[in-house]
Amino acid sequence: MSLVGTIERINGSLVLAKFDGEPKMGDLIEVGNLKLMGEIVRLSGETAYVQCYEVTSGLRPGEPVVDTGHPLVAELGPGIMSTIVDGVQRSETELWNLTGPFVSRGTNIVPLNREKVWPFEAKVETGDKVVGGDIIGTVQETESFEHRVMIPPDQSGTIKSIKSGDFTVEDVVGELETADGVVPLKMMQTWPVRMGRPTNERLPLEQPLMTGQRVIDTFFPCAKGGAAAIPGGFGTGKTVTLQQIAKWSDADVIILIGCGERGNEMADVVAHFPELEDPRSGRRLIQRTVIIANVSNMPVSAREASIYMGVTLGEYYRDMGYDVAIMADSTSRWAEALRDISGRLEEIPAEAGFPAYLSDRIAQIYERAGRVVTLGGGRRIGSVTLLGAVSPPGGDFSEPVTTHTLRYIGTFWALDTELAYRRHFPAINWLRSFTRYMDVASRWWSQFDPGWEDIRARALRLLEEASEIEETARIIGEKALPDEQRLVLLMAEMLREGFLVQNAFHEVDTYCEAEKQAALLKVLIDFYNEVEPLIRQGVPIERIREMGVVNDLLRLKENPGTDPIDEARGLLKVQADEVAEEYEVTER
Amino acid sequence: MTVEQAGLIYKTTSEIRGPILMVEGIRGVSYDELVRIRRPTGEEVTGSVLDVSRDWAMVQCFGDTSGMDLNITIRFTGETLKIPMSPELIGRVFSGSFEPLDGMPRPLSTDLRDVNGGTINPAARDVPSEFIQTGISAIDGMNSLVRGQKLPIFSESGLSHNMMAAQIARQATIPGSEEDFAIVFGAMGIKHEEAAYFREEFEKTGALSKSVMILNLADDPPIERIVTPRIAQTIAEYLAFDLGMHVLVILTDMTNYAEALRAISIAREEIPTRKGYPGYLYSDLATIYERAGRITGRSGSVTLMPILSMPAGDITHPVPDLTGYITEGQLLLQRELSLRGIYPPMNPLPSLSRLMKDGIGAETTREDHSDVSNQLYMAYAEGTRARGLVRIVGVVGLSERERTWLEFADRFENEFVKQGPYENRSIEQTLEIAWDLLSILPEEDLIRIRETYINKYHPAHKSES
Ligand SMILES: Nc1ncnc2c1ncn2[C@@H]1O[C@H](COP(=O)(O)OP(=O)(O)OP(=O)(O)O)[C@@H](O)[C@H]1O
Ligand SMILES: [Mg+2]
Repeated sequence: MSLVGTIERINGSLVLAKFDGEPKMGDLIEVGNLKLMGEIVRLSGETAYVQCYEVTSGLRPGEPVVDTGHPLVAELGPGIMSTIVDGVQRSETELWNLTGPFVSRGTNIVPLNREKVWPFEAKVETGDKVVGGDIIGTVQETESFEHRVMIPPDQSGTIKSIKSGDFTVEDVVGELETADGVVPLKMMQTWPVRMGRPTNERLPLEQPLMTGQRVIDTFFPCAKGGAAAIPGGFGTGKTVTLQQIAKWSDADVIILIGCGERGNEMADVVAHFPELEDPRSGRRLIQRTVIIANVSNMPVSAREASIYMGVTLGEYYRDMGYDVAIMADSTSRWAEALRDISGRLEEIPAEAGFPAYLSDRIAQIYERAGRVVTLGGGRRIGSVTLLGAVSPPGGDFSEPVTTHTLRYIGTFWALDTELAYRRHFPAINWLRSFTRYMDVASRWWSQFDPGWEDIRARALRLLEEASEIEETARIIGEKALPDEQRLVLLMAEMLREGFLVQNAFHEVDTYCEAEKQAALLKVLIDFYNEVEPLIRQGVPIERIREMGVVNDLLRLKENPGTDPIDEARGLLKVQADEVAEEYEVTER
Repeated sequence: MTVEQAGLIYKTTSEIRGPILMVEGIRGVSYDELVRIRRPTGEEVTGSVLDVSRDWAMVQCFGDTSGMDLNITIRFTGETLKIPMSPELIGRVFSGSFEPLDGMPRPLSTDLRDVNGGTINPAARDVPSEFIQTGISAIDGMNSLVRGQKLPIFSESGLSHNMMAAQIARQATIPGSEEDFAIVFGAMGIKHEEAAYFREEFEKTGALSKSVMILNLADDPPIERIVTPRIAQTIAEYLAFDLGMHVLVILTDMTNYAEALRAISIAREEIPTRKGYPGYLYSDLATIYERAGRITGRSGSVTLMPILSMPAGDITHPVPDLTGYITEGQLLLQRELSLRGIYPPMNPLPSLSRLMKDGIGAETTREDHSDVSNQLYMAYAEGTRARGLVRIVGVVGLSERERTWLEFADRFENEFVKQGPYENRSIEQTLEIAWDLLSILPEEDLIRIRETYINKYHPAHKSES
């Protein structure tokens, strides 16, 4: 009994149609003879404006349109993990099998595989009272990942029957006696992607998301349940940084959204994640990862949907009680999709052609990050951390997407083209970046080393001081500076090379555990504390540079574990003593 | 009536606005379909449908509209723009809208392909990873190209980007393999002499017999440039993914392409973003660039080298900027280097090859390649910084260390970057030069190179062992 109508006009991805009835905003539409997918984005009088998710070439006015009666939803259930899907959740592996290596249009496959049989293990019994969010059973979704099947948010009642066994996502695994009668229980549920999934309570953030990347964990951490943005011009390291976090962070679930970026980058993830192991659990990284690939040459409107799709999948895993990290690369391409749609609707543009509601939309997305008590009993806690790349035109951070994003995030990793040019990676500028989660992180790090906060502050201050001194050095030359200042420059160089620079492609240094990060920073600051009195009492900076340990300190990061760091500390003391003796320095 | 001439014919053009025509009273026209526009004199040009309703269509005309009046005949062909595919295309020369320019007949085939192509399913992509030796040190050593990559040259008018592209086309090989590249050359608005230069260069090495040229030159209709790169990519895809060839596509000059797109956008009165370019420039460029790559299970590859000029040398101009956001790196040519007599005038610092990591290393080039490259970047960056300092404090104001960096930068430009247009260096030679230069620096400063490699490849240690 669905509404039907006809196409009146086609303007790129925007299709105008008239229905013989009253369609609703957001309804999913089948467009034309090819049954392309689209969504109603505006209703005006008799005309519905449909944004098409697929290329509209060849469509003709007069062809039919059919209203499916529901908005774009995500299908939620076993079979999401380890897959690669497009912005509207069609499996790209499946599409490849069906239609070959080029994406063909109008191939409407259902998101979750209907044939696959999953071993369902019931966790409730007949007679149990349940509410939305309660876990009724589990499924081993991948070798190492447990999927928790939940009562849909809007249902509650008494379990009338439930059984363990092998089922497909549509099979009935039990029955629920509700106020409105008996409803079947299945492993699959759906949820409209543009709506956040409900929770019981929002909680304060308590833990940093540990990423194994020193400049992030030590200097600009993000909290689990927080939001971070990483803006930068092309080639400054957004994708590599987000992928490093996807690989090495201590989240339980990773949702990687390739939103209007390169096909090869997605292929790279598909090729490499299955080989990589999580350093903590030893399980394969692909087993906790979902990839959404709506690349740059795929239709713009599906790109717009892809972020909502990713966040919805993330919230679903959060509701199971997991810590989820979502990476969106790049939110600028999403914003451009918004601009494109808005332009075709002839809306009045605000800044740089973007619609006036850009800021609200950005806020809505980042608002979906958080640490929560999930629906259901037992105070299950889960989190969604949102990390977004921003690609500002010309690398200029004063543009609308960057400036609006800044208002809604807690951590800002400012990428710096100059650093990227000299291959200082991650090219995160330590003077322009910030984090609002420092209290959360400090608490966490202090359990490790009570002096950590001071050491970090000291390091940051040295880096700041160095940049001021460099200003002067640019005018009078480094040689003309007093040795105390040259020591600060040396220290900054050692912090940069020995700590901040971290090559993602180095077999050891690609991941640095927290313990090693803390030890490394400490030994560098120890060095400063050892040699600073020597400089003050007349030892020339050249002599300090000649200390063999300087080079050792710079290379400590390349070696696994913290033993070499302890050795270097021993060596540092010996060599400092030698210098002190040589120059007859007494007060230290 | 032949099939070719079938279609709906109208003489109801109501408006001509720049390259845009409005046609009234039509029926059954589809979006994006190919249109033939005929002047009363019989001349015919093509166009395509940009916007269509039940009774009017907006058409973009790929030919020249000047001198046209409302008496033109519009034929809607019912098909999108398709071109015939066959192995006979190899060796041919066509105009920017696929008319033969070599005096030979139009190619015939029943295998017609839409010039817009399809989208390669990301799951079906095979990650490009075969190192291409171009024989140019600044590329091979520090910005290695791999088969299936899209790597543009950002240049300025008057710089030697053509010479460099021709050198790459001539010298590119996979070490240890005899296979050559087939070349698809797409020109958008370049000068006759530039097109002739490429032709001669290809002829010299015999590459011409393995090339297809699609030429829209400076005096050809500007709007035709919208289809030229798409025709080139369609042919490249066919040669690569149907015939299994390795194809190098050179598209020049993409800035002229973008200007054509802007002209259409302005005529449609769309809201411009930066410098008058439409907001969809990024997505539009992606539909051309992303057609490069490799496909799992298919033996060929499309390697893409677009050339574009940066107006006023500005890398933040929308065309280079958005290109850089799509391509897998960029090679940047600079006037400053050219003025100092350095060919290729390529500045490695702002240049990048993102796929380099997959193509180099012990198995393909050499184990120390990646570290050496990183070290060269760092050292050259320090050297250029020292050079900046010299302008203020003079050489005497530099520390010992800064002076060494400076010396490094000078020699690096003159010995590593600079080479002859016919000089073809092997990757080993490139790495040897790199080590010779790095040995100017104190060994402690080679911080980006693993100690094991220093011990193995540093000239000071090599002679020891
Ligand atoms: N941590 C890192 N270690 C080593 N190399 C890095 C690192 N981060 C970035 N790079 C280098 O920089 C290149 C560009 O990085 P990346 O692709 O992440 O840039 P991006 O900011 O995503 O650019 P775009 O906006 O164009 O997508 C990489 O290909 C790699 O060579
Ligand atoms: Mg990127």
